[in-house]
Amino acid sequence: MDETSLQKGVAERSTTTPTRREIYEAGIRRRSNRIALISTVSVILALVVLVPLAPGWDAVQRAFFNGRVFTATFPGLLEAFLVNVMIFAWSAPLIAITGLAIALCRDTRAPALFPLRLFGIAYTDIFRGLPVVLVIYIIGFGIPGLGLPRPWNSPYIWGTLALVLVYSAYVAEVIRSGIDSIHHSQRAAAASLGLSDRDTMRYVVLPQAIRNVVPANMNLFIALQKDVALLSFIGPVEIFRQAGVYKSLYANFTPYVGAALIFLALTIPATRYADYLMNKQNKART
Amino acid sequence: MKLIACTALTAIVSATAAFAAGDGTCAAGKTLTEGTLTIATGNPAYYPWVMNDAPESGEGFEAAVAYAIAEKMGFGKDNVTWVRSSFDEAIQPGAKNFDFNMQQYSITPEREEMVDFSLPYYTSAMAVLTTQNVVDSGAQATLDSLKRLKWGAVATTTAIPMLNEVIQPTDEPLLYNDNADVNAAIMAGQIDAALYDLPTALYLSAVVVEGGALLGQFPPDQSESPDQFGLLMEDGSALRECVDAAITELTESGELAAIEAQWLSEATGVPVIK
Repeated sequence: MDETSLQKGVAERSTTTPTRREIYEAGIRRRSNRIALISTVSVILALVVLVPLAPGWDAVQRAFFNGRVFTATFPGLLEAFLVNVMIFAWSAPLIAITGLAIALCRDTRAPALFPLRLFGIAYTDIFRGLPVVLVIYIIGFGIPGLGLPRPWNSPYIWGTLALVLVYSAYVAEVIRSGIDSIHHSQRAAAASLGLSDRDTMRYVVLPQAIRNVVPANMNLFIALQKDVALLSFIGPVEIFRQAGVYKSLYANFTPYVGAALIFLALTIPATRYADYLMNKQNKART
Repeated sequence: MKLIACTALTAIVSATAAFAAGDGTCAAGKTLTEGTLTIATGNPAYYPWVMNDAPESGEGFEAAVAYAIAEKMGFGKDNVTWVRSSFDEAIQPGAKNFDFNMQQYSITPEREEMVDFSLPYYTSAMAVLTTQNVVDSGAQATLDSLKRLKWGAVATTTAIPMLNEVIQPTDEPLLYNDNADVNAAIMAGQIDAALYDLPTALYLSAVVVEGGALLGQFPPDQSESPDQFGLLMEDGSALRECVDAAITELTESGELAAIEAQWLSEATGVPVIK
């Protein structure tokens, strides 16, 4: 019997009469599907049936899921969300550039550039260690307080700087981990080809390093999308602040639920996209 | 009829003064802890509403009013407990940790759907807090001049609808978490002016904001919906009628006005905005 006819025989047998092992495995699969279905349905049923049975459900529903308040406030929230998108749109590129610069500072190897390296270390240590809110307060109120004239004391400018400082420290660390993940032999190979240190970084290390850390950086940008709301502490009326205003006018928390839905509509697709990138990368590696 | 009800209530209150606090009065069995009235205030509580953040002293307008109401309801000074609460805690669904909450809550129909308010114990003018620099550079107490200023306010107050409807500034106002943040923004020159209730504005301009000035006030009788402060209670609170009776009594006897004159007397000299 040659090889092809052997394969054919196996194929025929598996389509006509399943082996005992296959029957057993199919049974297990069916059973676990059944159990998964039953447990999912019973959990959902329990949530839908039991939660409204709680004595305070009416009050909770009125305070958090109030249709009247929702329809009254949702358009205003959407409008305020544009402020978030705006701040995000100009912060993100600034963060990416600063983060890369700090990462490169930390990777300098020439002895003369040691101060630069020290600066990179101090920068990441300080700004990763500080609460974002504190940095926003110190920079958002502190620097304009020095006596800058309008419009240079705008909370938009200094709030953005605060976000850039904090987030670029995180991004710098992520990029540095990407740079470290490139094996030293690559630098050696580049050097033996006659590339300068700068060209090695530019053409050999960074292209691979940055590709490696795209998913991690996507996570940071999703977090940034939410932290933009912290700028409301120093004045800008973005979605979270607008929701707070509505909350106080209506004595009702529903506007926050509306704001959450708007955030989710943006962050869930972004998260999925990050997952997709990560999977694609893992497949490419194996 | 009201007068008769009040006199009757006063009679009951004085007749039962000999009993343990709250016993046999309107509030009996309706408070959080039997025999004790639990009152919530802000954290911190601000001058001139509560002096030195110590409501137990009974000093400051709201602290004094609280003790007067408690007394009318049959609770002596020793039978009053103070707790602290934020606005969010006050409106959260479910059981509250106070009998009533007193921190300059403006009564609005929208809020009334979620919580209960007592009758008003104070009607506030809104006032414009700014700095001497802004006044020197030509800001005046006219709506026209106010429109052109850069505005700020505390986000949880009813100053915001007032700003948007009455002043209608050309630039979007900036909003903040609390008084301290608004003051920081004024001192940093990020905003020209902020809208507060008059007593708070008086205090901030005199004591807190460096070079602070009061540009003017919107008197309550000029406004279509004046800013009235009420005690906040749980929706459907059984205590509400007792509190309302006490406030009515205090208003009619002139005691409330006397407390107001004692703690909020400086409010008269501020120019009116035209």
